[in-house]
Amino acid sequence: MSNIPDDLSYTKEHEWVAGLEDSTTVTVGVTAFAADSLGDVVYVQLPEVGANVEQGDSVGEVESTKSVNEIYSPVGGEITEVNQAVVDDPSLVNSDPYGEGWMFKVRVEGDPEDLLSPEEYTALTSGES
Amino acid sequence: MSRPTPLRDVHESLGATLTDFAGWLMPLRYGSESAEHRAVREAAGLFDLSHMGEIFLTGPQAGEALDYALVGHLSALAPGRARYTMIVNERGGVLDDLIVYRLGDEEFMVVANASNSEKVAQELRERAKPYETVVTDRSAEYALIAVQGPRSQEILATLTDADLAGLKYYAGLPGQVDGRQALIARTGYTGEDGFELFVANEDAVPLWHALTAAGEPYGLKPAGLSSRDTLRLEAGMPLYGNELSAQLTPFDAGLGRVVKFDKPGDFVGRSALEAVKDDQPRRRLVGLVARTRRVPRHGYPVTKDGAVVGEVTSGAPSQTLGKPIAMAYVDTGADSGLAVDIRGSHEPMDLVELPFYRRNK
Repeated sequence: MSNIPDDLSYTKEHEWVAGLEDSTTVTVGVTAFAADSLGDVVYVQLPEVGANVEQGDSVGEVESTKSVNEIYSPVGGEITEVNQAVVDDPSLVNSDPYGEGWMFKVRVEGDPEDLLSPEEYTALTSGES
Repeated sequence: MSRPTPLRDVHESLGATLTDFAGWLMPLRYGSESAEHRAVREAAGLFDLSHMGEIFLTGPQAGEALDYALVGHLSALAPGRARYTMIVNERGGVLDDLIVYRLGDEEFMVVANASNSEKVAQELRERAKPYETVVTDRSAEYALIAVQGPRSQEILATLTDADLAGLKYYAGLPGQVDGRQALIARTGYTGEDGFELFVANEDAVPLWHALTAAGEPYGLKPAGLSSRDTLRLEAGMPLYGNELSAQLTPFDAGLGRVVKFDKPGDFVGRSALEAVKDDQPRRRLVGLVARTRRVPRHGYPVTKDGAVVGEVTSGAPSQTLGKPIAMAYVDTGADSGLAVDIRGSHEPMDLVELPFYRRNK
């Protein structure tokens, strides 16, 4: 069973969102489940700082040995920061998906819809694994 | 529902990610596929290849039957030796690439890709009919375990008295490994030295455990199909369905040397292949090395000045080069200024001759 921290929100596209409760700026990454499914990540493309994105927009991609997957923004708003370290060393997605492998930060505008609780995300991934 | 190999439980206990491949449930990777790839280049890897097909021809005319059925001159093969060859249709299109082992004067084993094995057995049965030989598909009885990498011989030597040092590349001999009967072949699909062990299904699990224990001090790791694919790609070895297909002749794939026109008698595809053997193919199979970090993949267009001049057949990040690499069919003459259209973005590529990687002998 993959690691699913209980203080984050999740999406069906296997992203996590941190800071939704207590901040206007949230941090986004991909889950340990996604990292395990992808295999060794070799390339990460992230959005431009300052870009305005809608919830569900494709904002980047994560590429592994065997496959390539898009990253969708789980919230709408403005990209305020991207993690250059994960671009330089994509293996951080595998080694520390909830920490050093974070992807980007968004200043949230509006109310994000359809995010999953840890319990809902656990149920989703146990159905897929 | 995918067919499990005799080693399925072992793979599960090792935490493998399993995947359907050609109707078989196969290990894709056990942990990091990059680490598995490196283990094979630097030490050794242990592969379950039990999905491969083993088709036997026995009888006084088994060699002649293969001369007619395949493009190679198999009756000239010495017992104990093996050859890389192909089976083609009447139009010269490749139905599969094969390794044929001559086990004795009147016994050959044809190893076919899992996806083509039934088709190859059926074609061989049909084509061998006029000859005094019996064709038997024994794929379901055999497991195949490969040990690949520079430490392979040392590892295997701890489990067998067979003369491994005297066993040449592309040769095979029957022997005992950990007390179990095996065909020990010095063949592989990784670009490294290594051995393939054909054993009865019931011997697969104990042999796997014996090899794991024997290989532990040498850095042997179990390795899945993901690393097998990147290893063979670096070694420039074709994969059926990617670089080879029924729409291409061996000459199209740059492998015309496997076609032996000087062997006696007719063979299936001879007239079609003779007609094209001296043609300049419109496209040739080449290597591409990416200048950026995005990975060219199977089916992506190769472009030059915005026009399509080819297509990627296989691509992956290369551990050894530290860059993405690909094999591609590219228009003859288009050697520079190439790019691959990676989901709309034209990423620059350098053309290189294959292989990308050659081991130090």
